Amino acid sequence: MTTAQKTTAELAAEYGLKPDEYQVILDRLGREPNYVELGVFSVMWSEHCSYKSSRMHLRKFPVTGERVICGPGENAGVIDIGDGPDGQKLACIFKMESHNHPSYIEPFQGAATGVGGIMRDVFTMGARPVALLNALRFGEPSHPKTKRIVEGVVAGIGGYGNCVGVPTVAGETNFHSGYNGNCLVNAMCVGLADADKIFYSAAPEPGLPVVYFGSKTGRDGIHGATMSSAEFSEDSEEKRPTVQVGDPFAEKLLIEATLELMASGAVAAIQDMGAAGLTSSSVEMAGKGGLGITLDLDKVPQREENMSAYEMMLSESQERMLAILKPGREEDGYRIFKKWGLDAAVIGETNTSGHIVLTHKGEVVCDLPLAPLSDDAPLYDRPWVEPDMEAPLGSAPSAPVGDALLAILASPDMASKRWLWEQYDRHVMADTLADSATGADAGMVRVHGTKKALAVTSDVTPRYVKANPYEGGKQAVAEAWRNLTAVGADPIAITDNLNFGNPERPKIMGQIVRAIEGMAEACRELNFPVVSGNVSLYNETNGVAIPPTPTVGAVGLLEDYDLRAGFHTLKAGHVLILIGETVGELGSSIYLREVHGIEAGAPPKVDLATEKLNGDFVRGLIQSKTAKAVHDLSDGGLLPAAFDMASASKVGIELRNTTGLEDFVFAFAEDQARYLIAVGEASAHLVLAKAAEAGVTAATIGVAGGTDLSLTGAMSLSLEQLRSANERWLPEYMA
Amino acid sequence: MKAAVLVFPGSNCDRDCKVAVETTTGAQVEMVWHEETSLPSNLDLIVVPGGFSYGDYLRCGAMASLSPVMAEVVKAANAGVSVLGICNGFQILCESGLLPGALLRNSGLKYVCKPIELTIENRKTRFTSAYGEQKTVWMTQGNGDGNFFAEPDVLKGIEDNGQVVFRYVENPNGSANNIAGIVNSAGNVLGMMPHPDRAFEPALGSADGAPLFHSLMRVLQAA
Repeated sequence: MTTAQKTTAELAAEYGLKPDEYQVILDRLGREPNYVELGVFSVMWSEHCSYKSSRMHLRKFPVTGERVICGPGENAGVIDIGDGPDGQKLACIFKMESHNHPSYIEPFQGAATGVGGIMRDVFTMGARPVALLNALRFGEPSHPKTKRIVEGVVAGIGGYGNCVGVPTVAGETNFHSGYNGNCLVNAMCVGLADADKIFYSAAPEPGLPVVYFGSKTGRDGIHGATMSSAEFSEDSEEKRPTVQVGDPFAEKLLIEATLELMASGAVAAIQDMGAAGLTSSSVEMAGKGGLGITLDLDKVPQREENMSAYEMMLSESQERMLAILKPGREEDGYRIFKKWGLDAAVIGETNTSGHIVLTHKGEVVCDLPLAPLSDDAPLYDRPWVEPDMEAPLGSAPSAPVGDALLAILASPDMASKRWLWEQYDRHVMADTLADSATGADAGMVRVHGTKKALAVTSDVTPRYVKANPYEGGKQAVAEAWRNLTAVGADPIAITDNLNFGNPERPKIMGQIVRAIEGMAEACRELNFPVVSGNVSLYNETNGVAIPPTPTVGAVGLLEDYDLRAGFHTLKAGHVLILIGETVGELGSSIYLREVHGIEAGAPPKVDLATEKLNGDFVRGLIQSKTAKAVHDLSDGGLLPAAFDMASASKVGIELRNTTGLEDFVFAFAEDQARYLIAVGEASAHLVLAKAAEAGVTAATIGVAGGTDLSLTGAMSLSLEQLRSANERWLPEYMA
Repeated sequence: MKAAVLVFPGSNCDRDCKVAVETTTGAQVEMVWHEETSLPSNLDLIVVPGGFSYGDYLRCGAMASLSPVMAEVVKAANAGVSVLGICNGFQILCESGLLPGALLRNSGLKYVCKPIELTIENRKTRFTSAYGEQKTVWMTQGNGDGNFFAEPDVLKGIEDNGQVVFRYVENPNGSANNIAGIVNSAGNVLGMMPHPDRAFEPALGSADGAPLFHSLMRVLQAA
């Protein structure tokens, strides 16, 4: 080996490898790695690629189920959604992934390439992407960077998704000072495939051609994965060159070419080049197949001159794929790549060596055994302590209900996000049944050509997770399950996107452990397995961590989309029934924070048995067409939910407090497992009787009519005034 | 009815248009790649779909208008074949000279996606005859460059000839005279920014796009 640029523990440390990790490399190789090899190790063993801090805890998640075709470990999770129109088996493939660090450094490109990357994870497995979601957390509005980040992130998401032609149908947005130094951009993509035409990354046999196709490789994004595995400090602006640049037009061509190549029968294995680019894709394909691989880097299509082997292997240039073709099928590939105007080249071959060998300009520049790179990646049982938790709230201060409602509806978290989602194409593909504008708890898209639909949502309540990571973790899963239920879907499975601070700090590690355990419990109890996921750690700036934010992306199935529900379908005369018990949980509530400036108190308890009982009951009412409108109760409690329903339906609601609780508690408590449903006057009786029979708490609390929202004896405000408060905040802030 | 939908690199409403035409008319729809130098014979309708042909690089629709297939579309249009351009398709038809005017950046400088109400200004065209007495329609639209512009004399000509087919009730993008869709002077080429291909059955939130396709069927049946 002649590329003997000297490497040292100090150089390794610069690339994010700890001294003991570098020692492991020396032990495994029996020699010093060269510069290229060190680069390969540093990205493969980065937190982002190896999950070294979280892996042993992620094993606590349930990952199997009768509908699970492929759980975590591949590019995305795969679930069975039954038969298609021609009798073929259909699968839904989905995953959520973060692009937090790059989005903070360069909001537009960071968010855009986040959307591009997650789409590639999905179509790499043979699925056509059919829906996008995004979960965004920004700093407090008054922070000097927040507005610019919102502007860039939203434009980046829209600019990419709109051009590629996949509808963005749902999402969530929070603002909190805890994200001042680290925004979160979690993008989720959902796709559809034939269940017997799913593509995997493992190289199946030696002697097969390795084909590179897509955009050329440039110097952008070098060491992106390593950057995303470190904390920020004041100099993080200097990391801008590690952010990739996206080209959605290239992605659109790549989707079509990839799906066409797959349909041609030429593909033996395939992997997109995402984080750690050519390195991770080639290592994973060969490693998973138990084979070896040689790559001739001179053949890699290059955008810039004189790129070194190191730069090519570490580049995170976007819109690139690596495929292993079946014997003699190169011509099929070239025909398709030419049609779509993509660069392509056979750059290597599989073999039985168990090594990855790279040549460049006639020299071997890297020769590493594959096993240590993936299988022997470091695995840490990081020390952890019980995280800080909020004590139960004593009594909550009261407030005039109408004033409180106006303040809540105009608060950054609760205000309408119309300004944002009007920049996203939500209808392309002509299968959107419900999007952010519709008035439904989940986005819904038809399974093209069938009566089925997928329901999709993303949820987490970071203030709950911060106050109690275990209960907050449970709640994130339960709320996703509830949102799918509230549109009439059967919840099937989730993808998780775990965003936390520095895991080397025991309290942060405690948040990670407890949140995962809470989520795992909810997944087990609700039969809601985890099929894919992503972990984003080191979301810290100058030692201040983000609120723990384990985002849950969830998918449900409707067998007949005519039996779907929303909360925009309320009509005058409908009777409103509250499903679920209200004991008056106000700890860590929106009410306390927005009306009294208090962020304290234990979050609401999640009783998973009750969650399931109430949810199954509500879903039954939707499927029997008894429920005319449905909304789950979450942030802000009953009154904001009633506002959503009244506003989306353009009809007033008159509520009465049927509990012994004070009016403000009844109005804003955030007790879980609750739904506000509307039924025809004639069936209200029967619904209550059925609820009693099923052991479900239910009470008639009001009726629809007029143009005001009122709580008898406590407040009455016109929908117009409330809507204006709710719609005004974000456009005025962004103006 | 026999229809073709063009496919450019970056088209993303090509399938939507095919499904909309098939669902509403039962027509046979062929997909035609941009490099084709001839069109299927005996076409009754050519749809130029929405999307981001060539990534909207250079200028929306500019590169697509120079594709080999567009030369054939111009010939077919001049021979009287119905041509419907939606969204990016409208932009391509303006760039290729089949329709007057141009689509500029939205006045708000942002992409806007929302359901929108349109008035039907001319119900005598081959694209609108099936709307009957219906005065307004709802369709969704989504674009960054939907701001219709024409020189004053051209605009006057469009208005005087009754070439304005759809107008926005509330102007979302700064379009001249609230124009959402126009036909050529012969009346066989329609360009519009809103999407009838996303509003052809109630599950999509509106079926108001369906009569547009029914109108074309009606013309054929009358012929």
